Amino acid sequence: MSNLTLTANSSITSLPAVPEWRRIMNRFLGHRGLMIGSVILAVIILAALFAPWLAPHDPYVQNVSQRMIPPIWHDKGTWNHILGTDKLGRDYLSRLLYGARISLTIGISAAVISGLIGTTLGVLAGYFGGRVDAVISYIITTRLALPVVLVALAMASLVGGSLQTVIVLLGLLLWDRFAVVARSTTQQLRDAEFIASAKVLGASTPYILIRELLPNILSALIVVMTLEMAHAILLEAALSFLGIGVQPPSPSWGLMVAEGKSYMFFQPWVIAIPGVALMVLVLAINLVGDGLRDMNAPEGRS
Amino acid sequence: MLVFVTRRLLVALSVALTVSIVSFLLLHFSGDLATSIAGPDATAEQVEKIRVEFGLDQPIVEQYFHWLVSAVQLNFGRSYYFQDSVMSLISERLPITLTLGGLALGLAILVAIPLGVIAAIKQNTWIDRLALSFAVVGQAMPSFWFGLTLIIVFAVNLHWLPAGGNSSWQHFVLPAICLGYYAMPAMMRLTRTGMLEVLNSDYIRTARSKGLNESTVVLKHALRNAVIPVVALAAVELGFMLGGSVIVESVFSLRGLGQLAWDSISRNDYPVVQAVVLIIAVFYIALTFFADVLNALLDPRLRVR
Repeated sequence: MSNLTLTANSSITSLPAVPEWRRIMNRFLGHRGLMIGSVILAVIILAALFAPWLAPHDPYVQNVSQRMIPPIWHDKGTWNHILGTDKLGRDYLSRLLYGARISLTIGISAAVISGLIGTTLGVLAGYFGGRVDAVISYIITTRLALPVVLVALAMASLVGGSLQTVIVLLGLLLWDRFAVVARSTTQQLRDAEFIASAKVLGASTPYILIRELLPNILSALIVVMTLEMAHAILLEAALSFLGIGVQPPSPSWGLMVAEGKSYMFFQPWVIAIPGVALMVLVLAINLVGDGLRDMNAPEGRS
Repeated sequence: MLVFVTRRLLVALSVALTVSIVSFLLLHFSGDLATSIAGPDATAEQVEKIRVEFGLDQPIVEQYFHWLVSAVQLNFGRSYYFQDSVMSLISERLPITLTLGGLALGLAILVAIPLGVIAAIKQNTWIDRLALSFAVVGQAMPSFWFGLTLIIVFAVNLHWLPAGGNSSWQHFVLPAICLGYYAMPAMMRLTRTGMLEVLNSDYIRTARSKGLNESTVVLKHALRNAVIPVVALAAVELGFMLGGSVIVESVFSLRGLGQLAWDSISRNDYPVVQAVVLIIAVFYIALTFFADVLNALLDPRLRVR
């Protein structure tokens, strides 16, 4: 239906295309959570991209004479180190900015890997049904029964923690929700008319799956993508906090909390700053995900 | 019903078997166990000696079957680090993790269901928004960081509760809050959407038009139906919490199963790691099985599939 109106509109003039775009834009602006989430997320992404220009200091340079300077809102804070310095005298704000790169890189890469695995499995199960579905559903059930945190910890410690290890591990572990959602949305569309007509036209199965089916389940998958990004960022932080994720001297936020742990009773800001940063990032991603889900679901458009 | 239960039971058993194979293979292919156990300074001869001593020179299939046959009899072999049997280590730690999981789940339910019901009744008011914000924050908070914050506030500054250990019930309060807040949001949201759905249904309109007072309608008629999926979710959440308790246990130095697993991972004590992974997976499988059966008992439509 909506496909039909779209093509009809665009073939006449370019004018009717504006209201369609406007409608989406208005809905976007009207959804408070989505607005707040996207603005925060955009700020964090920009901060991560421009970290080399924004950071006042080198995040790795140690300075023994400048250790544990408190942030600016404390009496002893200085403008030279707005968020203070850590136990090795490294500038906290600079480390925080570079840390955003690690969290975002891991969140996006892990979600892309797990998205590819989960979507492939889910689409195949949903489209073919029968025995294929039975086997893939069984694989999903087995994966759900594996305790993710424990398996990730055990494997990271055996393989050796690093940015790449964490990305691959989380990518291989977090695909379950993609598979579940791709499977059920594909099942709903399997018998739709546009799929049937593509079959009649003699389209090959890969063509139908990739060009016809996938674009129609993409919006549901993007919502899962945001959830899994948030999930991966939190798990990376936990792994790094326990010492087998991203390794020092990388400024991973989880690692910053771990390094500040022994100082937290007298200088709580050393763990408060990276912790709040993590929370704000994950919160923003979740708000965007919830907002996108509301925009997709017709009943949520109130 | 009997057919349904038997079929589900068979699936559960075979999933447990598959999980045991997968976890066994994952650990054995992630690296050379003998080298890890021997440590970085070991000579090639020492590594070989360890390989033979722990049976790691046998073909992998043989190692697996040997392990599986003993595991079914609840014998998980000996720990590499302690000279104890793995089973005695686990039976010592399991009650602590189960207590923590049970308390956290109880706490999460006690907060999630009333909050979800109130949010649904007062939909789109500030109460609803506050409840949702509380849930959103819970989902975004890293549990290790929340745990440390609880320690700073309630143990160090206010001296209300101990910071770590497991010698009394007070030691379980902060960890249970930490783990429970992590499980609460999903249940609260499910209660809220379930209640919204039910409150708009025909039979609630009938109940209201009969002149029943609002609290009877909400508590007796609506909640009873809205809570069914929440019970199922609670079982699954408990399974997740047992697996995720490793982080909370390490923050609060709670000597439970998670901490045992984490210590064993750092000590390359693989028989223990393998046993803990399997036991937690079996708990999860059992809990989802009970959730399925419970759902089917309460909702006969589910039995068809």
